[in-house]
Amino acid sequence: MKIKAIALNTFKEAVRNKVFYLLIVVGILFALSSHIISMLTLGDKIKVLKDVGLASINFFCVLIAIFTGINLVFKEIDKRTIYNIISKPISRSNFILGKFFGLGLTLLVALLSMAVIFFLFLLISTGEFDSRILLYFALLYFELLIISAISILFSSFSTPILSSIFTISLYLIGHVSWTFNEFKHNLIKPLEKAAAYLFYYIMPNLEKLNIKNIIVLDVPIKSDVITASLLYAVCYISAVLILAILIFNKKEFQ
Amino acid sequence: MKALEIKNLKKSFKSNFLIKEYHVLKDINLNVEKGEIYGFLGPNGAGKTTTIKCVLRIIFPNSGEINIFDKPYQSVAAREKVGFLPEHPYFYDYLTAGELLSFTGRLFSIPAKKIAKKTAALIKLVGLQGKEDLKLKKFSKGMIQRVGLAQSLINDPDLIILDEPFSGLDPIGRKELRDIILSLKADGRTIFFSSHILQDMELIVDKVGIILNGKMVKEGKLSQLVSHSVRYYETVFSGVETAALEENNLEYMQQDKNFIIKSISGEDANKIIRFVTSHKGTILSVTPVKMTLEDIFLKEIKE
Repeated sequence: MKIKAIALNTFKEAVRNKVFYLLIVVGILFALSSHIISMLTLGDKIKVLKDVGLASINFFCVLIAIFTGINLVFKEIDKRTIYNIISKPISRSNFILGKFFGLGLTLLVALLSMAVIFFLFLLISTGEFDSRILLYFALLYFELLIISAISILFSSFSTPILSSIFTISLYLIGHVSWTFNEFKHNLIKPLEKAAAYLFYYIMPNLEKLNIKNIIVLDVPIKSDVITASLLYAVCYISAVLILAILIFNKKEFQ
Repeated sequence: MKALEIKNLKKSFKSNFLIKEYHVLKDINLNVEKGEIYGFLGPNGAGKTTTIKCVLRIIFPNSGEINIFDKPYQSVAAREKVGFLPEHPYFYDYLTAGELLSFTGRLFSIPAKKIAKKTAALIKLVGLQGKEDLKLKKFSKGMIQRVGLAQSLINDPDLIILDEPFSGLDPIGRKELRDIILSLKADGRTIFFSSHILQDMELIVDKVGIILNGKMVKEGKLSQLVSHSVRYYETVFSGVETAALEENNLEYMQQDKNFIIKSISGEDANKIIRFVTSHKGTILSVTPVKMTLEDIFLKEIKE
């Protein structure tokens, strides 16, 4: 109940901020602009429609996740609203979890608003019902949760500017970190190999949750790969949140 | 039973790249009995807020023991009995007063129905009727203080900790807050509040603890600390020629047509009265001036 109270309050804070709606509306407009871009393209117009549309939604959802996440805990400390929370009989871990679930709910609403409109738009313009797009959105949601957990982790000990730099960096690394898994086989020195291993396992592998190319290029989806990806996301989120809680438990608010 | 007990509390902060250590609380010992109003007095920077923050786990003490109703202060059972109003409170300004109270109630796992009932009663208690649906960003400083007090009472706390509750309030607001504190005491609750405003404290507290530079320098019942012995007598009179006063080597102050003479003993005061009547003057008042909390406080600071 206490986690729920924090989560709902976090959600309330996000949805009472006009920027939240602005990002959703701009996200939808960008996704719909894929129609214009597809008209200017030679070749498979549907592919372009999906590619640009899904990328737009992805970009704006990531934007909401990062910029809401980095402020979540920092703002509580900066505005001293935290005093009023942690002086109550609520553990600091519940506070962090509440913040995470609240951000999760906010992102769910943002993603659903964009996804439903884009899905209907796709149905009308192409006439085809591509259920794999729903799976894309589901996996995107887990990617957003990983980003949220990371942004909450940084927000618990650094300023919004640093947090945004760290989170954006990890987001970008997260989309190329899989290459370390490939290239570690080419390394000979054990130290270099170990470093590559370490980097690969510490950094998020967000490409595991990206099936845009599979959808756009019409490649069959393997269910066991999807299950493993979801499991990976849950484990990574848990690890990041545990780290955030450990840091937050030691934090003093002066 | 002790509502709050602090033993040998020490707290230091590190600064200058972790080299220099600032000892903010050097050795705090205090006892707040159940049902009393305890005034925690000290100048700015003495360590009042730091002590309160330690009690509420906002910061962690280096050493020492804190018990709330004989339970360790970290325990949920202890913290459920505490209500807290921070100094210069900040609350979520996107919430309405009603929503803030409801949110705070849920942090104590209070059932929704009870929260609704309690919210209405508290809004009335702090005089915010008709403003419960207004967002806090539109509230004035005084109104925020009121809503802060209301949220600190949502869980029917047995121990209410108020950090500088009188700061930022106008004289009417201060009078109302004093009345609320007294009514809470009448309800059997314990109130622990910090302040540097002596007048408010003197009017309501049972016990006072004075903190200076992170050390408790005095603690005791107000009635014991504020001595009943008279410091001096102040005699106000009129109708006597100044020449007569000067002839008798009397030190006086003049206020319009009235004269004021301070006498150390009752006997001296009697002499003044006899002098005034023999010179056909009129005695307007004779006031015994007692030791105030301010005198004690200033004396401690000087020492």
